[in-house]
Amino acid sequence: MSKDMILTGRLWVLKQNNDLFEDIDTDMIYHNAHLAVTDIAEMGKFTFGNLEGYMDFAEHAKPGDIVLVGENFGSGSSRQHAVDCFKALGVQAVIARSFGAIYKRNAINSGFPIIEIPDIKADAFENYEVVRLNVEDGVLSSEDVSIIGNPMSKVARDIYLAGGLFEYAD
Amino acid sequence: MGRTLIEKIIFLHSKENCSAGDVVWMQIDNRTARDFAGASVVGNLEKYGGDAPIDDTSKTFFTFDCNVPANTIPYAENQHRIRLFAKKHGLNVYDVDAGIGSHVVIEEKFGKPGTTTVGTDSHLNIMGAVGAFGQGMGDTDIAYAFKTGETWFEVPESIKLTLIGTPANKTEAKDVALAVLRRFSQHELLGKSIEIYGEWAEKASLPDCITFSSLATEMGAIIALIPPNSNVLDYFGMKQDDAVYADSGAEYASEYELDIEGLEPLCAAPPAPTNVYPVSELSDVEVDGVFIGSCTNGTYEDIAYAAELLKGKKVAPGLMLKVVPATRATWARLLEDGLLKDIFDAGGIVSNAGCGGCASGQIGMTGTGEVQVSTSNRNFKGKQGKGNTYLTGIGTAAASAVFGRIASVHELEGV
Repeated sequence: MSKDMILTGRLWVLKQNNDLFEDIDTDMIYHNAHLAVTDIAEMGKFTFGNLEGYMDFAEHAKPGDIVLVGENFGSGSSRQHAVDCFKALGVQAVIARSFGAIYKRNAINSGFPIIEIPDIKADAFENYEVVRLNVEDGVLSSEDVSIIGNPMSKVARDIYLAGGLFEYAD
Repeated sequence: MGRTLIEKIIFLHSKENCSAGDVVWMQIDNRTARDFAGASVVGNLEKYGGDAPIDDTSKTFFTFDCNVPANTIPYAENQHRIRLFAKKHGLNVYDVDAGIGSHVVIEEKFGKPGTTTVGTDSHLNIMGAVGAFGQGMGDTDIAYAFKTGETWFEVPESIKLTLIGTPANKTEAKDVALAVLRRFSQHELLGKSIEIYGEWAEKASLPDCITFSSLATEMGAIIALIPPNSNVLDYFGMKQDDAVYADSGAEYASEYELDIEGLEPLCAAPPAPTNVYPVSELSDVEVDGVFIGSCTNGTYEDIAYAAELLKGKKVAPGLMLKVVPATRATWARLLEDGLLKDIFDAGGIVSNAGCGGCASGQIGMTGTGEVQVSTSNRNFKGKQGKGNTYLTGIGTAAASAVFGRIASVHELEGV
């Protein structure tokens, strides 16, 4: 697990109806048909397999990519698969206006950076634009613009730096 | 300064002086994992657990409820991996016959008012029904709780919601919860702890409290806490002094009132539990199947009410009525009372106890274009198959089964 506080990568701007895609629940991220999978490496190919317009995400995602979505990302079930599938693809971080509570925990505990930028506009960044994400301060930047979100909480930061909850506790 | 109910429960389990926004380590009374994600919990414990992977075996157990008995090989593999781990470490397994884990926690009276429970079920915040803390978490989190008996938690902001008035005759707890979902979008309550007050909450039966609080997840809330009323206290043999309540001077992030006086039955149409309409406005929707069960509406009282409504009637020609009692104990009571026969005679299919259609279960999936009325809690696209799911209470579900279209329970009168 990388412990960089500054990530650079290609940004997927997920949209629906000309806005950032809102309310993407865990069945859209990682469908319940594949819950019996326990090997993280096998989970990547199912990412967004049930999300309208993005069902081929896994084919086109590249290691290092960053994903931007709207409010309430990851509501629904407690499945960790919905975090692990991104790790399997090498996606570095997910940025959302807000996250479902359980999703937030799962991401923090597995050391996967998720950043909340409550006020981010759908047209703030171009799809596939290369961006710079300061995960500690919650700042997403391109050459032209810099949008400030919420900084990581202390627990999230500590667990992220350790590489995961168990590593942190040791 | 007074504490809200969740602040007080967390305080009593952490001894840290905490208020909304603080992150604390809290003691967990009941640490559970189910057949879904349970195998990953085992995997984490085998990887990180060391020689003593379990903190306290008397407080730690597995509940199988998703795919029971396993009808896929991966689920069978996962379940058996859990059984072997549990046997090795002396942990109890509520196996494939037991039913829905969250209901078992209440039935066994582990989940009493004021306690804390975590598990891999996202509806474990159903414990709010008895004024207790419950939270669904991912497998890393739960493995950590198994190993240490603790979890970190960010104390959520609390919202006070007072329900004003009394719903109409034959309006159910599910309809009251749908009224809350209709009033608030999924975002307004996101990450909040809701405390429910008012006459309805003071008089609700335990099964009604369970139904209501099971929909906290769909409200986007951390939990919907109902301060234990006399029905709940009686069930646990407790007095008010034994339970935990909010302090009178507690500070809430927001306070709302919602008028439920005369509320008529509601239905959440696809694609979200917040997409709520009066049942009467959907009466032209033809129905292919009806699912009665789930952690939301699978108690003895729920299924018994369905049986009462269906007794002596027949489901509409070609309609599938699928009934899944929540637990084995519920099943036993229904069997002894002869109520399963009423459902059977009406044309219903009764399955063994468990989660039924919700988590790639063995009953209740739908095909493209298929319309299912369901007493469960989610109708997101793809959740229960490729069809369209409408969420209702028991009365609407039973009436819809009889008429083959979305129908009000009042239409059954005199049929």
